[in-house]
Amino acid sequence: MKNEFQVIADLIEKDKKVLDVGCADGTLMKFLKDNKNINIRGLEISKEKVQECIAKGLTVIEGNAEKDLKQFPDKSFDYVVLSQTLQAFLNPELVLDELLRVGKKAIVTIPNFGYWKVRFHLLFKGTMPITKTLPDEWYNTPNLHMCTIKDFFHFVKSKDIKIFKSLALNNLNSSIINESNLGVKNLFADLGIFLIEK
Amino acid sequence: MNTEKNIKTLIVKKPLKLDCGKIINDFPIAYETYGSLNSKKDNAILVFHALTGDQFVTGINPVTNKEGWWSYAVGPDKAIDTNKYFVICSNVIGGCMGSYGPSHKDPDQKIFGTNFPVITINDMVNAQYNLLDHFGIDKLFSITGGSMGGMQVLQFISNFPDKSKTVIPIATTSSHSAQNIAFNELGRQAITADSNWKDGNYTSNDTNPGKGLAVARMAAHITYLSKKGLQEKFGRKLQEREDLKFGFDADFQIESYLRYQGSVFVDRFDANSYLYITRAMDYFDLAKQFNGNLSDAFINTNAKFFIISFTSDWLYPTQENKDIVIALNSIGADVGFVEIKSDKGHDSFLLDVPDFLNALKNFLDKSYEEN
Repeated sequence: MKNEFQVIADLIEKDKKVLDVGCADGTLMKFLKDNKNINIRGLEISKEKVQECIAKGLTVIEGNAEKDLKQFPDKSFDYVVLSQTLQAFLNPELVLDELLRVGKKAIVTIPNFGYWKVRFHLLFKGTMPITKTLPDEWYNTPNLHMCTIKDFFHFVKSKDIKIFKSLALNNLNSSIINESNLGVKNLFADLGIFLIEK
Repeated sequence: MNTEKNIKTLIVKKPLKLDCGKIINDFPIAYETYGSLNSKKDNAILVFHALTGDQFVTGINPVTNKEGWWSYAVGPDKAIDTNKYFVICSNVIGGCMGSYGPSHKDPDQKIFGTNFPVITINDMVNAQYNLLDHFGIDKLFSITGGSMGGMQVLQFISNFPDKSKTVIPIATTSSHSAQNIAFNELGRQAITADSNWKDGNYTSNDTNPGKGLAVARMAAHITYLSKKGLQEKFGRKLQEREDLKFGFDADFQIESYLRYQGSVFVDRFDANSYLYITRAMDYFDLAKQFNGNLSDAFINTNAKFFIISFTSDWLYPTQENKDIVIALNSIGADVGFVEIKSDKGHDSFLLDVPDFLNALKNFLDKSYEEN
């Protein structure tokens, strides 16, 4: 179980209705279903991953978040989760708007391009950074719109989206992000986790 | 046709009012079962067959002596595991494998022919519902079927929202499209253009409209396959000859294949039944029954849906299956959906397509564990 998933699970109360957008093989869904009695659905674009979810007994819809979120009514889920996928969409802003329309709240996690290892990689090696959360080469990465924790923080604020909780994750440690420590967290966290509402 | 041996029949005493307004009673429903019903009676799966299917889902069909139509999916240890589940399937009314249909006799002992009432998908499932009472089943574990079978699945759960825990429509639609109707009309015209059809009043086998029915089957068969599948299987390969013969015999393998499909079909199917069942499909429009709002068809059910489509199915394409998913999502229903990659066209659901069979098995078995 990834630490990220543990932190996400801690943000969600028991017996809630949750949509996991880009649910991959359903690891997080299974954890939430088994441990928190959460009524969870997944949306996943990969046929292979959809099969893995079905094999785990999870309810999953094969589909593309950029097109298929629109079929869900407003506020039809208590939480919508988007784990490390926002940067891979053609239009992340549109997807973010949809997450906040469909969910009463949304939990968005982003791999942090401001992480010191990423900065060092580019500064000293002069090649596109490859880290644990950014494992792909520049030519085969699915990521189209990389951002930093600071970028996302400012972006969300500019859209009048309410941040309930923002957490910085570095290996096994998670800590609260706020206006005053944003610069430090942006340097030392490889993942940002945001609980937001519009 | 209508070989009485080996056909189990339930005579439905209760009058059934058909959509056309006519009332039928004391009519036969021919059915078959596989596996056994457990003591809690919670392991029953009602399978609905497609246009040319029948109640003989798996194993050897005792009438045709051929493999049942869903032998890949249903049987011991298969996707629908008959070691675990009790599978029931019945011949639709209007059909020709023992259920009440146009080859039956009217009260005056005259064969119905086209005097048989026009039936609908709704009539079919209302008739089949009597099987639940017959077996003393309060709630089915699942209902499933592909193509017209999928239409019956949708209609059944709409009519009887608390009678199945899970619902699996496969390669289907909630409303027959213009293209679907067009292909069915082509088939019907082929039958009625056969001089042996005689307005449906053919009687003995030697004068039946077999040629028309064979053409109907050939045309329909093309719609069940994909262009790529056909090309890969047949291409321009010639049939037992070195070169073209400059005539109208079957030069190409695909011609020979279609002719064969047509000829074996007429041995097991009744032309009037083909007219009736295709008509029922054409009349199917579930949204229309709910003033154009498909979601309302499912508003009263808590069943868990799993919808499956196939990439190369152009007869009931993915989008038409997705429309059902969208209607269910818009009312917050529990619905899963997968599009299976396959080159085998609409027929994929009947064939050995491992991704499909695995998904079906996993969904059923995991859902049953949660019982």
